[in-house]
Amino acid sequence: MTKVVGTRLKRKEDPKLITGHGSFADDIQLPGMLHAAVLRSPHAHAVIKKINVEEALKVPGVVAIYTGKDLEGKIGPVPTSWYVPDCDLKEAPQYPLAIDRVRYVGDGVALVIAEGRYAVKDAMYLIDVEYETLSPAVGQKESLKDNAPLVHDDIENNLAFHWKAGTVPEEVCEKAEASVKQSFYVQRVAPSPIETRAAIGRYNPGTGELTLWCTSQNPHIHRMVLSEVLDITEAKLRVISPDMGGGFGGKIGVYPDEALVGFAARDLCRPVKWIEERSEHFTAANFGRDEVIDVEIYGQKDGTITALRVTNTHNVGAYLSTMGPGVSTIDFGLMITGIYKIPYASCETFGVYTNTTPTDAYRGAGKPESTYQIERAIDLFAKEIGMDPVEIRRINMAQKEDFPFTNAQGLVYDSGDYEKPLTKALEMVDYQKFREEQKELRKRGKLVGIGFSTYVELCGFGPSKVAGGIGFQGGIWENATVRVHPRGSVTVYCGTSPHGQGHATTFGQIVSEKLGIPMDDIELVFSDTKSVSMGWGTYGSRSVAVGGSSVAIAADRVIDKAKKIAAHELEVSVEEIVFEEGIFSVKGSPSLQRTFKEIAKSANMAWNLPEGIEPSLEASSYFDPENFVYPFGTHIAVVEVDKETGQIELKRYVAVDDVGRVINPLTAEGQVHGGLAQGIGQALWEGIVYSKDGQNLTGTFMDYAMPKARFFPKFETAFTETLSPVNPIGAKGVGETGTTASTPAIMNAVMDALEPYGIKDIEMPLTPEKVWRAISESEGK
Amino acid sequence: MGNEKVNVTVKINGNEKRAEVEPRTLLAHFIRDNLGLTGTHIGCDTSQCGACTVLVDGQAVKSCTLLTVQADGSEITTVEGLGQVGNLHPMQQSFWEKHGLQCGYCTPGVMMAAVGLLQQNPNPSDEEIREGLEGVICRCTGYQFIVDAVKHAAQLMRETEAEVQLVGEERL
Ligand code: FES
Ligand code: FES
Repeated sequence: MTKVVGTRLKRKEDPKLITGHGSFADDIQLPGMLHAAVLRSPHAHAVIKKINVEEALKVPGVVAIYTGKDLEGKIGPVPTSWYVPDCDLKEAPQYPLAIDRVRYVGDGVALVIAEGRYAVKDAMYLIDVEYETLSPAVGQKESLKDNAPLVHDDIENNLAFHWKAGTVPEEVCEKAEASVKQSFYVQRVAPSPIETRAAIGRYNPGTGELTLWCTSQNPHIHRMVLSEVLDITEAKLRVISPDMGGGFGGKIGVYPDEALVGFAARDLCRPVKWIEERSEHFTAANFGRDEVIDVEIYGQKDGTITALRVTNTHNVGAYLSTMGPGVSTIDFGLMITGIYKIPYASCETFGVYTNTTPTDAYRGAGKPESTYQIERAIDLFAKEIGMDPVEIRRINMAQKEDFPFTNAQGLVYDSGDYEKPLTKALEMVDYQKFREEQKELRKRGKLVGIGFSTYVELCGFGPSKVAGGIGFQGGIWENATVRVHPRGSVTVYCGTSPHGQGHATTFGQIVSEKLGIPMDDIELVFSDTKSVSMGWGTYGSRSVAVGGSSVAIAADRVIDKAKKIAAHELEVSVEEIVFEEGIFSVKGSPSLQRTFKEIAKSANMAWNLPEGIEPSLEASSYFDPENFVYPFGTHIAVVEVDKETGQIELKRYVAVDDVGRVINPLTAEGQVHGGLAQGIGQALWEGIVYSKDGQNLTGTFMDYAMPKARFFPKFETAFTETLSPVNPIGAKGVGETGTTASTPAIMNAVMDALEPYGIKDIEMPLTPEKVWRAISESEGK
Repeated sequence: MGNEKVNVTVKINGNEKRAEVEPRTLLAHFIRDNLGLTGTHIGCDTSQCGACTVLVDGQAVKSCTLLTVQADGSEITTVEGLGQVGNLHPMQQSFWEKHGLQCGYCTPGVMMAAVGLLQQNPNPSDEEIREGLEGVICRCTGYQFIVDAVKHAAQLMRETEAEVQLVGEERL
């Protein structure tokens, strides 16, 4: 069969995007459309005393202004979608506009609707709000303390949830010959898709249908949640994600703003458009990470790790976001031992409310943080006992024959061969040679270092039964329908919702290979709840593993039916039909054949179908995998630190990933590169910083260090391919590997470079000033 | 408030357009909202991201940093004027071929910035491309395939240039 899967095809989605014919939210213009703006709180914590909209209403073109009080009883709170069980989770209702108290800078206070982009802002600035400020709770550790200000009066100690998994017997720790304790801060970062958030609502009073275009990674989840918030049936609510300028987790969340736009469109019976500004995005869009992770790692002098104890104190912000509670508990806490056979492990997580913007899933969601702590901790332990970082990894990692491997927290990893990418990456970087050179360079006072990250991720969400068990408010199966038209072209409807990943291409490749038809004959439909019956969206590296599998199964079902029709027409039994490269032929008599196009026509015309076969050629699949998938790999960073300035130069970056079956190496590499930029960004440059009074000091691209092209060397990437047994295509997911693996690789490399100074840890991001200070301080000692 | 509308005339992608705009109208908004050319995107409000980059009188400029009135009388090229499906500019062709885009939101601006870069340096090294793209942010690609694309485009453009010269010489 012609190989399509596994080839570097150019993307189907690109011609429109490179010629300016994409259709992003702000490109949509509807007749009579109004613009919306949300006035946001400038205070982290305050009581709203009075809102005066008189002056604002005088601005020409203003149509309506709503405050939180105006909406009381008309619109419900926006709930979280992850009720993690057994953790005493306390959810504070988040109303789309604050009613009497604002709880973070960016909290919505009023919604303005006007004719025109500029008028709506003119009016917004004229709204006069009288606040009485309160002391804010900002950092998570301080906010847990007894005397901390309360974000929600009825939630004691600001404790949103308290979760535990696993136990480490005291005697195991006592028996350990060596141990290391370290606290890490995986700082708050901004997902920062280059397109900000947006929503457009259109209501038809005649049909009662509300259409909402919004920047969502999961339109069906948006429909499910917003139908409740707006009190409208799902059948009457249509959610469409237009072309989207990235998401990275920041567009998973169902947001107050989207509910407001839907509400206003219905209330005013006119289309309403809301486009978020970048500075607004930095206060009102969910951030990622913000976890203080305290680690204790125990083991023997021979390098065997015997126990790991972890505490995660997670700043959830002022409200629980859509996925927020799951990030630092399920996603993080069950993966803390990484690829290692550590017999005992425990994780305790405190979710803490603060007067800051909520945090949610960001590329990797919990896995980058868990990888960070274990990959950093294992390095520190190796240093403690004087062992090479590669050797300690080899001693402790699960071996090929251990699969399916059960980790200390009880997760069963689907498949793995950790030695494979490790060996390959070591070869690529030429480890022995590097160590020799390092010795020489150190003698000359040059600080070069190498850092490893041998990671595994929990991806491919996932088995729905498990979703129910862990409190996720959704199934996480995936849906595809393959519809064959009378003249032989095909439309495929999928429940995942791509926004840059290139599913039209990769899923198209799966269909093209299965049906033996050209890519140009295949159209894919995503991201519209009216066209796609159901689906759970794109996040958690699930799209190919779950969605792609669903496409493959549906295509197989189409072939099964088509074979029956071909057999009937060729007057043989189905068993005698072979299907190859788009041709159905009779075994042994290859001249007896029908093309895929011919069968498409027969099936749709239905003039002569076999007994019991219904007309049309179409099949659906609802694929619910039996397990998650666990991509893995080895990343190696090589850095040089300038001891005079603290400047870090990333000299080489080698990434060998095993993501199971690679559908399109070109787009898979693209995914790895993008992930790397974000993970390296976290280690070296990015970070949201709040002042003590809860102001975001890093609220623009001037203050928040978005990585630029010149920050990176050429990444050296490769794949090994260990198939997953839990889905029919053997894929594992590639979207988050780069982000998950790279942060600790960079940190470990810098710490290796700084070894001569005995520096063990520096808080991320590793800005030159911090590095320089650490060096100066150690020199002073 | 100085919001009285003023007349502007620009030549955009070869077509002359006249319009009445508020003096405060940003060129980026004018291009998108008044002229309906939505290929030019907006990604920030502090002139950092470069998603809005267009060519004004041949120079790569961030269209969110100009008022429309400042562009009065100038010639503007947006991504729509760079090349079309079936007649792609080498830059567009290369971005497609080398996978220089993922979500495609930054892409029009990045390509216009790269066209500007190649005008100044037709044969840049990887380093020079990375430096030259200082004015744009891409959150998706990690830049590597953007660099490859720009390099490839430079090569295609040099080849066409050489051909044009050759044809020209033959004619002489
Ligand atoms: S929109 Fe112009 S630089 Fe960002
Ligand atoms: S391709 Fe998405 S921001 Fe550049």
